[in-house]
Amino acid sequence: MRQLSSKNRTASARPGRRSPLATVALIIVGLMTTGGAYAMFSSTAAAETTTAVTQSMVEDGQKLFAANCATCHGLDAEGTKAGPSLYGVGAASVHFQVGTGRMPLAANGPQAPDKPAQFTEEQTLAMAAYVASLAPGPDIPSEEYLQGDGDATLGAELFRINCAMCHNVAGAGGALTEGKYAPSLSGVESVHVYEAMVTGPQNMPVFNDLTISPEEKADIITYLKYLEENPSPGGFDLGNLGPVSEGLFAWIFGLGAMVAVTIWIAAKAS
Amino acid sequence: MTTADTTDRPAAVPGAVAAPVASRGQRFTGAAANYIDERTSISGAVRELGRKVFPDHWSFMLGEVALYSFVVILLTGTFLTFFYDPSMTEVEYDGSYVPLKGLEMSAAMASSLDISFDVRGGLLMRQVHHWAALLFVASIGLHMLRVFFTGAFRKPREINWVIGFVLFILAMAEGFTGYSLPDDLLSGNGLRIIDGMVKGLPLIGTWISWLLFDGEFPGTAVIPRLFTLHILLLPAILVAALGVHMLLLIINKHTQFAGPGRTNENVVGIPIMPTFAAKGGGFFFIVFGILTLMGAFFTINPIWAYGPYDPSPVSAGTQPDWYIGFADGALRLVPPGLEFVLFDRTFSFNIILPVIVLTGFIALIAVYPFIEAWVTGDKREHHIAERPRNSPTRTSIGAAGITFYMVLFVAASSDLIATHFGLSIEGVIHTMQALFFIGPVAAFFLTKRICLGLQKKDREIALHGIESGRIVRLPGGEYIEVHEQLDDYERWRLVSYLDYKPLMIRPDHRGRITLAQRARAAVSSWFFEDRISPPTTTEVERQHAGQH
Repeated sequence: MRQLSSKNRTASARPGRRSPLATVALIIVGLMTTGGAYAMFSSTAAAETTTAVTQSMVEDGQKLFAANCATCHGLDAEGTKAGPSLYGVGAASVHFQVGTGRMPLAANGPQAPDKPAQFTEEQTLAMAAYVASLAPGPDIPSEEYLQGDGDATLGAELFRINCAMCHNVAGAGGALTEGKYAPSLSGVESVHVYEAMVTGPQNMPVFNDLTISPEEKADIITYLKYLEENPSPGGFDLGNLGPVSEGLFAWIFGLGAMVAVTIWIAAKAS
Repeated sequence: MTTADTTDRPAAVPGAVAAPVASRGQRFTGAAANYIDERTSISGAVRELGRKVFPDHWSFMLGEVALYSFVVILLTGTFLTFFYDPSMTEVEYDGSYVPLKGLEMSAAMASSLDISFDVRGGLLMRQVHHWAALLFVASIGLHMLRVFFTGAFRKPREINWVIGFVLFILAMAEGFTGYSLPDDLLSGNGLRIIDGMVKGLPLIGTWISWLLFDGEFPGTAVIPRLFTLHILLLPAILVAALGVHMLLLIINKHTQFAGPGRTNENVVGIPIMPTFAAKGGGFFFIVFGILTLMGAFFTINPIWAYGPYDPSPVSAGTQPDWYIGFADGALRLVPPGLEFVLFDRTFSFNIILPVIVLTGFIALIAVYPFIEAWVTGDKREHHIAERPRNSPTRTSIGAAGITFYMVLFVAASSDLIATHFGLSIEGVIHTMQALFFIGPVAAFFLTKRICLGLQKKDREIALHGIESGRIVRLPGGEYIEVHEQLDDYERWRLVSYLDYKPLMIRPDHRGRITLAQRARAAVSSWFFEDRISPPTTTEVERQHAGQH
């Protein structure tokens, strides 16, 4: 546009002179190119640090694995009576299980509960790299799917159809059989949500890329991020547990307040 | 009102010559009142109503909470009808809530979302309406319990008990139809369960279901139909029944607890005009205020989180509103496999069994006053509210009923109990299944023992007074503990209750003992064989003579 107008001006009035605005335009273009390139390189660099696997990482991972995981999973991750084989579970599985503190297991139970993670991100990635080096499996997702910039409407619809029957429509969690449960999704990092979908930890089914494409997974993450960032428009959400918590609240606080008022009204002035 | 006018004047006339004539406002009020009275003869009704006496005990105001909640429901509900579109036409949502934008949904759901996000004050109204509905049913329940445990349903109030019961059922029906109207995922699932229960009825089930839904579930007819029921038929019946309920309340008058000057023949309390009307009017605004605060600060039924109804997804933690919870719980407690195949047909009892149990339980609540009247054979009028302990068997039946209801109610949230207390859902269900049978029986015996114990204690206090802890040595060397005697008012509260004895089996005029007679005597002895009689006047006097 700007070029066009300057051309017009050259044709009509002062040939051979650039518009003064052209300098500004040039600077803007230059800044945007540098900035954009920088942003692109830095983001690819960040993505590479999570995925790039070096031999030293694998070796570190092997040592950590032998010290912390081998008791149950076997020295070569071949599995024992106490824990399954880890061949083919992939880096995503390790990153999820260790990163959310589910592994190492604190005690046997119906299900491994999430707890504060015991390893740093670096150590976790090393172990993930080691397990991934044994056999191919799902990889840690790249950053582009975890931004929460997808289609929230589609994500919400996919969530209701695929996830809500265990995790509850608002992601508050729910009960499964034999003491197992689907945990609450509030406060779960996007990368862990993605990894859970591709690896199917505990009792969760695997949602591979044919069932739900990576873009659709990103949409689901977008919806969950929306829920987290936008508290209930109706006020306190009472744990998002639906009519049970509403009923308890109505009885205990609502009716409790009413009864307190009746007692106050009927009290004799003394 | 005209009487007030005429009594005012003689007081004013002898005062002084310069006494001011009634002000313009007073004259206008008097004239207007006279105008209306001459055409409607309303003064009689006003006189009657104005003198209606309310006993000043807090538990007598629970019905008022229900009444005021209902008024709030009417007001907020009217607001909601201005914007709600009861149609199942598919539309594309284009409102403010981002995660639903562009989604296909019914016009009912879309308009409910618009009420929540794009109508000024709409979300507040929706939430107040829903909270008020929950409290309406809850306060009716508590009011019924008060009436039950104080025996206020006895003659002449049995009819009003039944009308109150009808109101309770109507309130639940109103609640359920309203719960379904937004056509969100949660209510759609609830409707599907009701559809399943209807279809589970033998022979007629499928027919009724197709009649309700105008074809296969969910169809496109059910929301407009429920809307008509919710705002037209059910409220009309409810208001009519409410009117009769209040009319009978005025005719029968309130019951009252026994006390000095309070007998079976009078009612002691505050007349409605002017004090009680002021208190009651203020109470309405307090109820309205509490409900508004709840609606303003606490989310209820977040339909935006549930999304539009679609028969495929079902959310974890799908429960009905609390008052339908006992039915949901009954379905959850049915053990699997209650069916057999005969003549190439499957006979399933998974649905019909809980439906029968629930219907039986509800019917028992409705007819209880008549059962008790038959058992006691008591034809007298009762205007004194009994203390629950003084009718141990009724109180125990009530406790067993509450336990039964609570077991079903708690079973409806078995999944949430499992996740929040770290239990297995099977464990919770099995415990509830056991409690379904054991709980009411245990509650019955426990409550009966507690009642009898309290009665014994009352009798002891009435006869011997309260232990003061003061030990006195008599001149003869004997030590006694001084008992502080109750005054006559306090003692009256403890000793004035009816003492029923088991009925004797007597031959009728033809000299025969019928089966009904035997049954009645058996139930009567079960009711009244364990009892603590109130101390008689003689006993009290003899005790006093001994003391001094």
